[in-house]
Amino acid sequence: MGYPHPIHPRETPVLSRHFGEAEARSHAGWVQRGGYRALEKALGMTREQVIEEVKASGLRGRGGAGFPAGVKWSFMPKQKTKAHYLCCNADESEPGTFKDREIMRWTPHALIEGCAIAAYAIQAEQVYIYIRGEFTEPIQVMQAALDEAYAGGILGANAMGKGVRIDITIHRGAGAYICGEETALMNSIEGKRGNPRIRPPFPAAVGVFGCPTTINNVETLSSVPHIIEKGAAWYKGLCLSNPKSTGTKLFSICGAIAKPGNYEVTMGFPLKELLYDVAGGMRPGRKLKAVIPGGSSVPILTAAEAEETLLDYEGCVAKGTMLGSGGMIVLDDTTDMVYQVMRLARFYAHESCAQCTQCREGTAWTVKILQRLLNGEGRKEDLDLLLDLSEQMTGRTICVLSDSCAAPVVSAIRKFPEEFDAYVRRGRPAAST
Amino acid sequence: MNGPTHERTDAPTHGGAGAAPQPPVFVGVERQRLDAILAKYPTKAAALLPALWIVQEKHGWISPQGMAEVAEVLGLTAAYVKGVVTFYTMYHQHPVGRHFVQVCTTTPCNVCGAERVGEAFLKATGAKRYGETSPDGQWTVVEVECLGACGFATPVMINDEFIESVTAESVPALVARYR
Repeated sequence: MGYPHPIHPRETPVLSRHFGEAEARSHAGWVQRGGYRALEKALGMTREQVIEEVKASGLRGRGGAGFPAGVKWSFMPKQKTKAHYLCCNADESEPGTFKDREIMRWTPHALIEGCAIAAYAIQAEQVYIYIRGEFTEPIQVMQAALDEAYAGGILGANAMGKGVRIDITIHRGAGAYICGEETALMNSIEGKRGNPRIRPPFPAAVGVFGCPTTINNVETLSSVPHIIEKGAAWYKGLCLSNPKSTGTKLFSICGAIAKPGNYEVTMGFPLKELLYDVAGGMRPGRKLKAVIPGGSSVPILTAAEAEETLLDYEGCVAKGTMLGSGGMIVLDDTTDMVYQVMRLARFYAHESCAQCTQCREGTAWTVKILQRLLNGEGRKEDLDLLLDLSEQMTGRTICVLSDSCAAPVVSAIRKFPEEFDAYVRRGRPAAST
Repeated sequence: MNGPTHERTDAPTHGGAGAAPQPPVFVGVERQRLDAILAKYPTKAAALLPALWIVQEKHGWISPQGMAEVAEVLGLTAAYVKGVVTFYTMYHQHPVGRHFVQVCTTTPCNVCGAERVGEAFLKATGAKRYGETSPDGQWTVVEVECLGACGFATPVMINDEFIESVTAESVPALVARYR
């Protein structure tokens, strides 16, 4: 549902059905709503059957990368020679994205159930849910739900009385966007600076504490109980466009929109209808200028492009952008694109872990050049300089933070050149000459 | 690893005056809390972030002495601990006001008027600029990058309280509530 708004008739509320219901947070309330039936069912299946079911459902990673979840699980060693771990990425920090926060604070047991099923499937006895440090309320709600789950025998040495050990621990972050990157997250759990690691080795071979590890996003894991309970065929049937994108997706709509919130629709839903019909359209008197559809790290769409986009992995790629996290930033005709792109670049410069030169220097210089333009001290060559710099920042670093800074900069210069040119032409403000 | 040496005579101080020595954190209940945390991880070092949170909870910030104590209880060097503390923005490396205010001004909130919210906090608290504590020692206001609640612009954190949908107009009443 479009929390904090009521369910819109065009939504398909699977994950968000119980958002806003305080009773759904408790173990009893969750069981009343059908909770933990899927875990019971999964623990009666073989691990391979669970993985095959998730594979067959077509569920793909909801954190941004869109990698098939069941395939990722199948990469874990079949013969267990050392501890296996599951990490849940709840470091939700991508500007524009606020869906995992809502899942955790309204339906904490959905996430616990998904974690437990995944842990069973990959033979992990220990799960770490890495929640960003600022999420004080979700941390409290999740911890209370975990305490209840332990007291109710759902977790622990004999989970659900089935002789399987499943422990879940919350690990609180401390303010670092980069810890949402999977290997940085693992370093952070290990008590290190959150620097991303070079791959290979991939986490399924060498993850947290040097052991085989699977890492999934909150929304991905919370989808799993529904797939186990209702079946892969049902989930696969939730598809409006490309059969490679299945299920429902939570879209966090924010910025210059009449009714900001989290809306859950079937994959392939038209962006235009989501904006204008479901999320209430633009604010009075305003016109759509641009949309950043997948969190701030993806290329910007013009209004015309956005209105033609189908919201699934392939539909976004067809328009030159990415579905990403589903964090949709809406910009209207009052937006100063140069200023807002500078703000985004400032975000990445602030959050760069500074390991790689292209990122450490590139993000900082991107901000300086954009600020120079905004101060009326820009030169015509600065736009080419920004494009050249962005190219140097793309595909050359350990992780994609640097690429994420370049994407909005390049797309804004290409799609809104007149706004950048205007700053160049305006020159130095009269007061400072 | 040998026990780290952490007694320094040149311990950096803040605000000019020598910092008063702080009582150790990891005794009694806090030591038990730490032991319960250690049981959840295969290495001692993994308890570093949780241990630092406990130090900040007790003292309001993480002093060089606090880092040294954490280093000692976890078998790390003080330099290593400092390296980790400085990576994460939520750990305070110097004392802050009694109320620490974080205002999100990243793009989604920015287009909804977040900068005006930040300015309203500076005005209402008497803090001169971002990062500088108000003369009465009560308030430190900072701009923060994305708090992850973009649909509730502008989200603000005051200490551990997460407040949604703050507007420049609602700031004075909010500040009054904390006075």
